[in-house]
Amino acid sequence: MSAIEVHNLSKSYGKVQALDSVSFSVERGELFGLIGPDGAGKTTLFRLLTTLLNPDSGSAEVNGCDTAKDYLAIRSRVGYMPGRFSLYPDLSVEENLQFFAALFGVTIEDSYDLIAPIYKQIEPFRTRRAGKLSGGMKQKLALSCALIHRPNVLFLDEPTTGVDAVSRSELWDMLSELKERGITILVSTPYMDEASRCDRIALCNEGRILKIDTPEGIVRGFDKQLYGISAKNMFALLEKARTADGVEDCYPFGEKHHLVAREEFDEAKFVAQLGDIEGLQIIRTAPTIEDMFIKLMKR
Amino acid sequence: MKQNFASFVKKESLHILRDTRTMLIVMLIPVVLMVLFGFAISTEVNNVNVAVVAPNRTDGIRDAVERLSQNEYFTFKGYITPDDIDPYLRSGKASAVVVFASDYDRGVTQAATGVPTKPVIQLIADASNVNTAGSSTAYLQSILLGAASQQAMFETRMLFNPQMRSAYNFVPGIMGLIFILVCAMMTSVSIVREKEVGTMEVLLVSPVRPVKIIFAKMIPYFAISCVVLVTILLLARYLLEVPMSGGVGGIFTISLLYLILSLSLGLLVSTIAQTQVVALLISAVVMMMPILMLSGMLFPIENLPKFFQVISNIVPARWYIDAVRKMMIQGLPIVAVWKNCAILLGMTIALLGVSLKKFNDKLE
Amino acid sequence: MNDIVISVRELSKRFGNFTAVDRISFDVYRGEIFGFMGANGAGKTTAMRMLCGLSYPTSGKGSVAGYDIMHEGEQIKRHIGYMSQRFSLYNDLTVWENMRLFAGIYGLNKSQTEQRATELLERLNFSSECNTLVGSLPLGWKQKLSFAIATIHRPEVVFLDEPTGGVDPITRRQFWEMIYEAAESGTTIFVTTHYMDEAEYCTRVSIMVDGKVQALDTPTRLKQQFAAESMDEVFRILARGAQRGE
Repeated sequence: MSAIEVHNLSKSYGKVQALDSVSFSVERGELFGLIGPDGAGKTTLFRLLTTLLNPDSGSAEVNGCDTAKDYLAIRSRVGYMPGRFSLYPDLSVEENLQFFAALFGVTIEDSYDLIAPIYKQIEPFRTRRAGKLSGGMKQKLALSCALIHRPNVLFLDEPTTGVDAVSRSELWDMLSELKERGITILVSTPYMDEASRCDRIALCNEGRILKIDTPEGIVRGFDKQLYGISAKNMFALLEKARTADGVEDCYPFGEKHHLVAREEFDEAKFVAQLGDIEGLQIIRTAPTIEDMFIKLMKR
Repeated sequence: MKQNFASFVKKESLHILRDTRTMLIVMLIPVVLMVLFGFAISTEVNNVNVAVVAPNRTDGIRDAVERLSQNEYFTFKGYITPDDIDPYLRSGKASAVVVFASDYDRGVTQAATGVPTKPVIQLIADASNVNTAGSSTAYLQSILLGAASQQAMFETRMLFNPQMRSAYNFVPGIMGLIFILVCAMMTSVSIVREKEVGTMEVLLVSPVRPVKIIFAKMIPYFAISCVVLVTILLLARYLLEVPMSGGVGGIFTISLLYLILSLSLGLLVSTIAQTQVVALLISAVVMMMPILMLSGMLFPIENLPKFFQVISNIVPARWYIDAVRKMMIQGLPIVAVWKNCAILLGMTIALLGVSLKKFNDKLE
Repeated sequence: MNDIVISVRELSKRFGNFTAVDRISFDVYRGEIFGFMGANGAGKTTAMRMLCGLSYPTSGKGSVAGYDIMHEGEQIKRHIGYMSQRFSLYNDLTVWENMRLFAGIYGLNKSQTEQRATELLERLNFSSECNTLVGSLPLGWKQKLSFAIATIHRPEVVFLDEPTGGVDPITRRQFWEMIYEAAESGTTIFVTTHYMDEAEYCTRVSIMVDGKVQALDTPTRLKQQFAAESMDEVFRILARGAQRGE
């Protein structure tokens, strides 16, 4: 039995189709990522799976229970961390944790072994008000609260948004550890560079899933040759490269531009065609998840 | 699960205690209102300065002025000329002027014998404060009438509140207002805050029925309201010397009923509002305004246009204030206001029913 | 080409005995895309507020677009553009009304407003949407529009405060293309963000840790210097040493 099963799930708010017939399944103990920009329907999907919303059509099962019919059974077995860190800013770190423990009818001691690796880092500040914590510390507290009742499925909606790079990387380490303990994790993020930390990912955009695979599998699906090009004047380079022969697409990609080549693309011809451009460099480069996302969006 | 209910109440109390400013405001508002309405803002006739214009000082006029200056509510400021009337009123040296006609004595005698006559006294009052002007001219009239005809033409007696002290009227009104403020407004804001911060989502995704959490939320506010109730009653009894001859027990009983009604109202608002600002606005506009305007707190209901009189029937505060007034001032026992109690009880059950039905353990 | 547009020397800001910004010095050149990075609480926001003329430094000096940040705050505000993800445009006004409003705020007269707004709308291919309420536009469009509006008065420097969070990869690139284009035409771009992949788009990047500028160079050289694969790694190496939180 899969931990999460989603069949043709749809949900709209008025005219806006937030989720359009989405299907996927998450295996027990898997770390599954939903990758996509704002408006991709990630939050709606979380709310459907955590039984906060009812679907317009389609169905979903969590732990084998239907999200619409058996919602009370689901609520006691899952942990949920919504998009904004849902803590009480006027309560201390410890009071927050105690309250969430009471909510699930457990005590902090019951689950201390599970949350300890995370909670220990903020325990020295346990009398501090949650509102006065840094972004990274809030994130750790929110995660501790979501784990307090030993859920077997954990839902994390954009846990890395608004947090600095160090805390983001720490969070992913924590998630890997939780996965080792057999917890199924469904996590969403708008940042493509975090995809590689997941077992499998679903690329989502505008309420649809574009592709589901392992991060390696997704990259492997990029069947065109990709080049990284750079020059002194990056903007001029971009405009010229786009109109050159054999170029399917060219877009900024950090320090370099990425150039998607067609079959007939020829490096030497390309350089000649560009003419006099100062500091031109062209190098074959490996595609990333983001390149694939762009390709899927343009299709 | 009993233990976790206690910890929900504890958590809610912590929220309230940590928000010292709001706490202080809630505790101080009733005291300030009581003192304000009890002393400063008063519609009683008191120390009204009166000047007199009399072309000739006949015996009749002297007799009338004598009665006037003897009265403790009026201060006689002396005789002035007609030209002084305007400056006197403008400068506030006098708030009312009594003008006697030159044939005052003859007019009075005629009137006493039943012969129709044209007016012989003119009252000019500063009506910038309508209440004072109204009651002082009425009072002046009755004094002067008494002077004019030896046998009183009619007699008015004020029952229950012989000194016409306005604080008596305001105490029930303040109670009607303050409990809505504490119970309905504060609870609705605190429930909606959880929606806004996002904690409501986590509460909903837990095995505890949200209704339980909501009830735990109401308990501290209920407790605060009880403290406020006791404070108001103590202030009323010992500071404003309201007699409360009907017994405190009845007032308490109906007040508790009204508290529960206010809490249900707060719950209903919280099911409609999505943000704290909206909750505040609904509380202010939809609840406070009718209490101020339509409950008989400021304006007697009988004086309202017919349409608003009908509307006022659905304002819970109207029934509560009316009942408290009867018990506090007329000294009636609670049995005498059973109708009010029944209406309030009905409203509470209806509100609670609707809001519990509307309160959903999903997000939509 | 090497005009200095922003120059900062030993700039500090203290709140009581807490030093939010600790003697930072750097120069930003005309037409540069300058990335201003830092962990939460590193002092980025405080530093940027001083540069925008919104708060006074405790000590040190600096100039922006030729105006002194200590004494000419009002002049600075007139010569810079500002865009933040948190506050950008009024959702209940149309595209055109927003443009007119901000043009007015930046002191353009009626004919300048007309001309600049028409020009910007054409360049964005937005002319058909000029009477649409901003609130009904997709997020990516709003961001492009608010960048355009931040440059409506042709400022010398545009400050971008975490501009591209949450948009899809294509829109994000269109946004960076606009930035490149503006930089190409001589506008200096000053970007703060804590997303390191954005740092890769910048000409030069400075990284603040605990109120000090710990590194400042081109992304390539920074990666070489710290033997890192990505800017993200560079940042983590530097920020791990941070002492203070938010």
